[in-house]
Amino acid sequence: MDALMQFLLSGMTVGAVYALVALGFTIIYNASDVVNFAQGEFVMLGGMTTVFAHAAGLPLPLAAVIAIALTALVGVALNKLAIEPARGAPVVSLIIITIGASIFIRGAAQLVFDKQLHRFPSFSGDEPIRLLGAAILPQSLWVVGGAFAVFFGLWAFFTKTLTGKAVLATANNRLAAQLVGINTGWVMTLSFSLSAAIGALAGVLVTPITLVAYDVGVGLALKGFAAAMLGGMGNPKGALVGGILLGLLEAMTAGYLSSQYKDAVAFIVILAVLFAMPQGLFGAKHTERV
Amino acid sequence: MLTVEKLHSAYGRIEVLHGIDLQVKSGEIVTVVGANGAGKTTLLKCLSGTQPVTSGQIDFRGEVITAVPAFKRLERGLAQSPEGRQIFTNLSVEENLRLGAFLFSDDRVDADMQDAFTMFPILKEKRNLMAGGLSGGQQQMLAIARALMGRPHCLLLDEPSMGLAPLLVAQIFEVVESLKARDVTVLLVEQNAFGALKIADRGYVMETGQVTMSGPASELIADPRIREAYLGI
Ligand SMILES: Nc1ncnc2c1ncn2[C@@H]1O[C@H](COP(=O)(O)OP(=O)(O)O)[C@@H](O)[C@H]1O
Ligand SMILES: [Mg+2]
Repeated sequence: MDALMQFLLSGMTVGAVYALVALGFTIIYNASDVVNFAQGEFVMLGGMTTVFAHAAGLPLPLAAVIAIALTALVGVALNKLAIEPARGAPVVSLIIITIGASIFIRGAAQLVFDKQLHRFPSFSGDEPIRLLGAAILPQSLWVVGGAFAVFFGLWAFFTKTLTGKAVLATANNRLAAQLVGINTGWVMTLSFSLSAAIGALAGVLVTPITLVAYDVGVGLALKGFAAAMLGGMGNPKGALVGGILLGLLEAMTAGYLSSQYKDAVAFIVILAVLFAMPQGLFGAKHTERV
Repeated sequence: MLTVEKLHSAYGRIEVLHGIDLQVKSGEIVTVVGANGAGKTTLLKCLSGTQPVTSGQIDFRGEVITAVPAFKRLERGLAQSPEGRQIFTNLSVEENLRLGAFLFSDDRVDADMQDAFTMFPILKEKRNLMAGGLSGGQQQMLAIARALMGRPHCLLLDEPSMGLAPLLVAQIFEVVESLKARDVTVLLVEQNAFGALKIADRGYVMETGQVTMSGPASELIADPRIREAYLGI
């Protein structure tokens, strides 16, 4: 019982990280149908920039804000320099461009920063909190809270605000979006900066637990992608549920079978779900007709 | 209201508009008729800014708008209901209409939406459904209603009757005619020359990227050449 509780808590923590990465995918995907594989690099940049800004003497909150802002700029640059010039290319080409961009960002980070593992202090200390016979780090609560906060923010953005609907409209039909007066170029800039900022926020929240190095982005992007597919790409609810499910699956497998199998079991479950529900758990059914 | 002078446009190196001259006066319904492939859609796309112009000039309400980007033309009062409807298929009917008024956030938005529902009661019935699930006729109504939500002075309509059953065609033409009473000037592009000329004040006939005839709609409809080529009489 205690063991189960412990696995649940650690699964929630890891799952919240995946959910944050998956949530970052949703905005760019909603605006452009592109799955941005550089999303993991945004997480890495958020963590690494905070580490170095903090080491340079800035207080942690300020370092975090700077890291999030700088990463948002990198997101805008990715759109302006790599995605926008290739506009009109098939979505698959754009996705390959994001993979190229992620390799480039990783290389640049290795040069600008270094190859070491880093961390900075947890926000609320490292004294575990006892909960129903198990222990959880205060920082885990920050991560889980962050995932839920970003989820509610995005959910409100897409369902309650006209700007959020303009993002959806731009993805659905760029031409028609322009005809109703939406500046679609600006929508893309907004989407990339928001996605990048969410990724960076994830990096800031998880670094005290998982540590950060220039190459942590690849694994995170893959797990976040799997989580988003599981939940249904483009849907914030799907990203949150998919991420947490994936985290729990991994924790349970690692706990009751062996940590060697955790990735394999998780992917088998995802494949099974996608086989039965190709759009994911919460994915939109396609209602297009011509 | 709208003056087009010596307009040329091309897809890649193939020119499809070879110097179009056209005028729409305030309060008029003007129609451009012509066979499939004549260049009618390309002309409207140039007017709405979604197709590049190689040379020539577009004046709208006293200003040259040839270089104004597409998304800024509605702000000036020029709306387009494009070929193929181009509604937002994975958003609800109501969201489509709300986005039509993207430029506005005042009380009139709600009033205009009620107005649209009065004009097309079926849209009110289906307001919460995904627009992609509507029938062709309903999608066309939504496309027109969405364009009107942008409070245009001038509405460009591209083949609103395309693919619709005769009864619906009549209904759509009736709606277009009623726009006059709302002070919306209309430029209507149609292959259905008879229906379009019947409700229009003036008309232009387009053939392979050129205007070959123009005049009052009543004269065009009586012209033997047009009766033979476009009205099948
Ligand atoms: N996207 C395009 N690329 C290349 N050629 C096009 C494109 N759209 C239309 N055309 C060509 O331009 C000409 C005019 O087409 P269009 O403006 O659609 O005519 P209409 O609306 O009168 O049927 C046609 O010869 C058509 O084949
Ligand atoms: Mg056409």
